Amino acid sequence: MRRLIFASVVVLIVSAAAPAVARADDRDKSKEQVEFGIRVAQNGLWNEALYRWKKAVELDPTYAAAWNNLAIAYEHEGKFEDAKKAYEKALELDPKNLMIRQNYDLFKEINDRTKRRSGK
Amino acid sequence: MTARSAAAASSLVLAGTLALAGCTGFYEIPIETPIQPKMDVTGFQRVLVAGFIGGGTEDVDANLETVRLLRSQLRTKSPLRVIEAEVLPLAEIANTEASRDNGTGITTSSAGVMPVGPIPTANVVNTPDPKAADPKADPKKNGESSIRNEKDLARFDKIFADVAYWKKLGEEYQSPLIVTGTVLFTPNQTSGFVMTNREVFDSLGRRSVVPVRTYMERKGFILQPRFVFIDGRTGAILYSETFHEEILYPQNQSVPALSTYFELMDRVIPSFLSTLSAQKIRGTRVLLK
Repeated sequence: MRRLIFASVVVLIVSAAAPAVARADDRDKSKEQVEFGIRVAQNGLWNEALYRWKKAVELDPTYAAAWNNLAIAYEHEGKFEDAKKAYEKALELDPKNLMIRQNYDLFKEINDRTKRRSGK
Repeated sequence: MTARSAAAASSLVLAGTLALAGCTGFYEIPIETPIQPKMDVTGFQRVLVAGFIGGGTEDVDANLETVRLLRSQLRTKSPLRVIEAEVLPLAEIANTEASRDNGTGITTSSAGVMPVGPIPTANVVNTPDPKAADPKADPKKNGESSIRNEKDLARFDKIFADVAYWKKLGEEYQSPLIVTGTVLFTPNQTSGFVMTNREVFDSLGRRSVVPVRTYMERKGFILQPRFVFIDGRTGAILYSETFHEEILYPQNQSVPALSTYFELMDRVIPSFLSTLSAQKIRGTRVLLK
């Protein structure tokens, strides 16, 4: 009986810890993509960077930095709606991050100007 | 705020934010945000900056200077081929068209109107008297001298809606995009209190700058260009945009009217160009790890 209880407790602990381990694993993989994206963006390869950061947010949708970088890549591509959504997601995940806020404010200035011009 | 000063200000703010954040997992990166043109000009290969109805002052030939400036800008900053043609004396043409319609000219000084053909072409050369063939050389002769304000200018507006005229002009130049409009460049004078900085020294000889309110008489110019974009295939107006820029100098500072005109046009040109071609706004963002 004792063995059965012990086995059940072990199974419970392992199953509870598994998602956390998986999440940590996802974050690590996502981080790898983010870092690679930064390196290629610094070399002007924005398409590759965009692809990497897209993968990063797929792997870990709670990673604010990945959303921030993805927003910048969209902005660079002129995809303003996608950039807006990505910035908002980044801010939702990390509302106190001054750098994301600063990026978003600069983006908004351009986006608002574009909207005024097109009369939208 | 100009794009350059906005970029400088945003860089400063960004630097401040980074210093405040004091963290290491970030990378500042320059980006170029593409801005789509206001107009779709993919159907055109050529652009004709035809002429403008100018007025406000006789110190600057607003028609000639605007055409020359826009053509030179478009030559380097637009994908369209710029047609080199004679500058249209548009005020005079508007007058002639109005006279044809109702038997009277637009301006009170219609005695100066000369019977010219409606569309001067690029091939006109070797005219015996260049001044007679080129009414723009004397603004008084083309009705522009009577244009002092927006109200005077409004009387010429009909010409832009004259589809038949613009279509005919378009046919002449193989259906280009036609750029025309009005340019009002008026002297401006004002007096009142302005904030200036004054150097002061305390008893120890230390220098500081304090803002003071000073009564000043100032003079300058107001530039109000209106750009009208016309489809040379149909003669219809595609897009139109009006700008307002002004500048004031201290009364004792002598700045030539033409310099002021170019200074004010410099502020308008980026917006004008972004109507026809995609522009890129340079900025800086922060990538995070």
